[in-house]
Amino acid sequence: MSDTTDNGQVLTTQDGKPLKAALRRALRREKLRAFLLIAPLLIFVLITFVAPIVDMLFRSVENSIVADTLPKTVIELNKWDSSSGEAPGEEVYAALYDDMLIAVDLKTHTRLGSRLNYEQSGISSLFRKTGRRIKRMDEDGPFKDQFIGADKKWGEVETWQVLQQFSPRYTDGYFLNAFDAQRGPEGIEMKPENEQIYMFLFGRTLFLSIVITLSCLLLGYPIAFLLASLPLRTSNLLMILVLLPFWTSLLVRTSAWKVLLQQQGVINDFLVWTRLIDDAGRLVMINNQTGTIIAMTHILLPFMILPLYSVMKTISPSYVRAAKSLGANDWTAFWRVYFPQSVPGIGAGAILVFILSIGYYITPELVGGTSGIFISNRIAYHISSSLNWGLAASLGTLLLVAVLVLFVVYDKIVGIDNVKLG
Amino acid sequence: MSALPPYASPLQRTWFYSFRIICGLIFFFLIFPILVILPLSFNAQDFFTFTKEMLSFDPAGYSFKHYNDFFTNPDWQQALVNSVLIAPVATLLATAFGTIAAVGLSQSHVPYKPAIMAILISPMIVPLIISAAGMYFFYSRIGLQGTYWGVVLAHAALGTPFVIITVTATLVGFDRSLVRASASLGANPVTTFFKVQMPLIVPGVVSGALFAFITSFDEVVVVLFLGSAGQKTLPWQMFTGLREQISPTILAVASLMVAISIALLTVLELLRRRSERLRGLTPG
Amino acid sequence: MKLKTVILAGTALAFATSTALATDLTLVSWGGAYQASQKNAYTDPYIAENPGINVIWDESSAEAVAKLRAMNEAGNVTWDLVDVVASDAIRLCDEGLAMEIDADELLAAAPDGTPASEDFGDLLVSDCFIPQIVYSTTFGFRSDVDEWGGKEPTQICDVFDLETFPGKRSLEKRPINNMEWALLCDGVPKEEVYNVLETEEGQAQALAKLDTIKDNVVWWSAGAETPQLLADKEVVIGSTYNGRLFALIEEQKQPVKMLWDAQVFDLDGWIIPTGLPEDRLAEVKKLVKFATDTQRLADQAKFISYGPARKSSAPLVGQHATLGIDMAPHMPTDPNNAKNTFLYNYEWWADYRDDIDAKFQAWLAQ
Repeated sequence: MSDTTDNGQVLTTQDGKPLKAALRRALRREKLRAFLLIAPLLIFVLITFVAPIVDMLFRSVENSIVADTLPKTVIELNKWDSSSGEAPGEEVYAALYDDMLIAVDLKTHTRLGSRLNYEQSGISSLFRKTGRRIKRMDEDGPFKDQFIGADKKWGEVETWQVLQQFSPRYTDGYFLNAFDAQRGPEGIEMKPENEQIYMFLFGRTLFLSIVITLSCLLLGYPIAFLLASLPLRTSNLLMILVLLPFWTSLLVRTSAWKVLLQQQGVINDFLVWTRLIDDAGRLVMINNQTGTIIAMTHILLPFMILPLYSVMKTISPSYVRAAKSLGANDWTAFWRVYFPQSVPGIGAGAILVFILSIGYYITPELVGGTSGIFISNRIAYHISSSLNWGLAASLGTLLLVAVLVLFVVYDKIVGIDNVKLG
Repeated sequence: MSALPPYASPLQRTWFYSFRIICGLIFFFLIFPILVILPLSFNAQDFFTFTKEMLSFDPAGYSFKHYNDFFTNPDWQQALVNSVLIAPVATLLATAFGTIAAVGLSQSHVPYKPAIMAILISPMIVPLIISAAGMYFFYSRIGLQGTYWGVVLAHAALGTPFVIITVTATLVGFDRSLVRASASLGANPVTTFFKVQMPLIVPGVVSGALFAFITSFDEVVVVLFLGSAGQKTLPWQMFTGLREQISPTILAVASLMVAISIALLTVLELLRRRSERLRGLTPG
Repeated sequence: MKLKTVILAGTALAFATSTALATDLTLVSWGGAYQASQKNAYTDPYIAENPGINVIWDESSAEAVAKLRAMNEAGNVTWDLVDVVASDAIRLCDEGLAMEIDADELLAAAPDGTPASEDFGDLLVSDCFIPQIVYSTTFGFRSDVDEWGGKEPTQICDVFDLETFPGKRSLEKRPINNMEWALLCDGVPKEEVYNVLETEEGQAQALAKLDTIKDNVVWWSAGAETPQLLADKEVVIGSTYNGRLFALIEEQKQPVKMLWDAQVFDLDGWIIPTGLPEDRLAEVKKLVKFATDTQRLADQAKFISYGPARKSSAPLVGQHATLGIDMAPHMPTDPNNAKNTFLYNYEWWADYRDDIDAKFQAWLAQ
């Protein structure tokens, strides 16, 4: 594009400014205005939402407690060769004595003990016990014998290995833990089988989410198909049956399933009444995977039907008619002509349901028992019960990464701008 | 599919009817759990299943006692009050921020639009448990954990994506020349916004607000972590009730909440029709 | 119903006395009947004597450790007195979140002059812990199960006996207590339990024993679940706190009986959060001194069937406030009930909790 006319004159606006500059300024002003309009929300979301998430990511690697509580010991311990098979020398114990004296005054030693107890059982009481003894120790040394006298664990190589391993300010320990791994003498290794849980839970979360997504698809496809093919007036009426559950509180629906599925519940009562089962043979449909799958399929079904419906609505019936007029039977016309056109809807609905289900917490917690719980339930447990916040954060990070990957896929297929609600 | 043609073969006939039956069963699956709690909430007994009296429609089998309990129990009343104090404020914040930002996003030249959109939509995408965990740690640091405003801000953040989505959707069909016409007639941007754009996007704003409201009103994970006893909301009370002392009062509360959902749904449907009419689309 | 009236009246009273000059104290407890018993026995009489005090209850004891830690990080502790179980008190003390106390200085002596440290004795399990009650986790069973042919469970190992006592059981969704019971019923002598449990083999042994009933177990995480499950006939035997079973049997008159065997004694009490400002701390100390004296602890037993933590309170335990039955036989500390009890080792669990919990949860998930 050229900004001069044929005779070499610069195009100007009415007030004599060059047109290009004026346009550029107008564009810049428009961009600025758009940005100013967006800025308040952007800042709001960044502070109230994004910052907390980033903070959580940070927690999953943060580990300054050892270096903060035992600064001198950490420096001395760095010189120790953990593969030597012998406990460190006197200078490390002397540093430990100095550090512990301060730590006991500040009452931070037991906190460190609780932190390290996640890595090795027994360290909690080691620090508690040593804290009580430290004031009575002879301040002129020798410290090694006194510490070992206080608790023989101080003479064990394993104790010092844990301390050395977790002395850096940042650790991959929580992430290793989240992968059911640990750092052994020969580098990273898997934990013993009876302690592996998180990969199993991630696997189960994925498996159950896939089952839920498939059952949503199985139940949602016919409904969306029916709604898309009925006259608008009828389909709008039937749509209410989809939208009402969508708008009903999650807890209302979960309590409804609890009422329906429990052993003394409505479904079992009905089956006993119809003599399909006898009173002793009541079905166990809750507090297990069945409960989670049924309740969550019900809760997420509208999220499958709505995107499917909006895609199917755009499929012109003339294609199917054309296929039939060319001799295709009903099934071929559907399978070869209609179904391929509905695939984008399947993609959108399936990913949406899948994203929603892998992060679910409430419903599995209430109807999942022990076999139907998700990784989210474990995260909540580590936040509020075991207090291993670093582990909770690293598990959360892994889950977040999984969701974000799916979200990018969703964005590629559907586009975030095209998300429709209701 | 909409109707059976007269020349249909027996096989087609069978399929036509069995397909309808299948769909009917799925609709039943969708709606039955919600409907079943309505009669059960009038159970005169403390059971969660139909008693003999109820099935024989004996008036003695029914009572309002669970509703009575809800309206007299201080725990439930406090939860109701908290819900009513939190949800509207969160809705207001989410709607105000969200609407303005949606107008900004609908301008033709927005720098870094995909990145901004991703950030603004993220509260809807990130699993609640992660949001709750992150907010719990972060709000603890800044002293908002366990406070009213902590919960309100968190709920507002969770509600904004819905406002963005619904408002941008109404702005898609918006004719930009109207803004130019308004400007050429001497209106400043603020006047233009309130006199020209606002009336057209009102349905989107209201439905976005309804989504934001229901997000806050139904939300339980974040409030469980962020709230203290002073912010116990209805869903929280229901959650602890379901996990611990499950009393039929929960069914009464659930029935009332179904009534609220029906009301919201009706408003939304009316809005959708109005919006389509205004934008010259076929009325539903 | 009567209890509710009492609570309502109490609330009204609390409102009436809260003047502009009132000091607000936030007490954290468990809610329900237990909190009501504390209110009736401790705080209502205290407020009556000290009209300047206003008590606000927060039912967050179940999440007390996590929330206190969060508050502490924020440097804004809003709680004044927190009711926790002994193991949580130890953790809070370890984390520096609870204040260390001197029992004899802070707590009132017994009426006969015995100092508090002696009156509470061994129950002062942590430097930060102010015991209130002794409770036990024990089993209740339905007394109307046809399949049992008139037999009733009499000992802990009947829980593991699916042949004589078929049906679902409810157990708590955590290793504590369950691991010990499993070992006891697998032939490990009582005094050896923790030594065995310390080894990998011992842990595997306990889980193997639990495996024998795993398919028949409903796992609970809140104390109210077992009573509910028993009342709904969803389970036939279940573990829970003895006070919950008392309410189920004596107040709700359900056909349920108690199994007093190898019940695990545990303690519940107060801790004072660290970092309280001087003036609030002074008020809290006054309240604690009053609320843990001999008479107050004995009074609490009128409202709930938990044993007072002071030796000197035991003879003063009277009748239930509304049911009018003698409370002493319902106390977990009553000699008839405490024939074969199990002492829970706090220090041991503080060390092994994280490790065994990971294994237990892994076992549970599979």
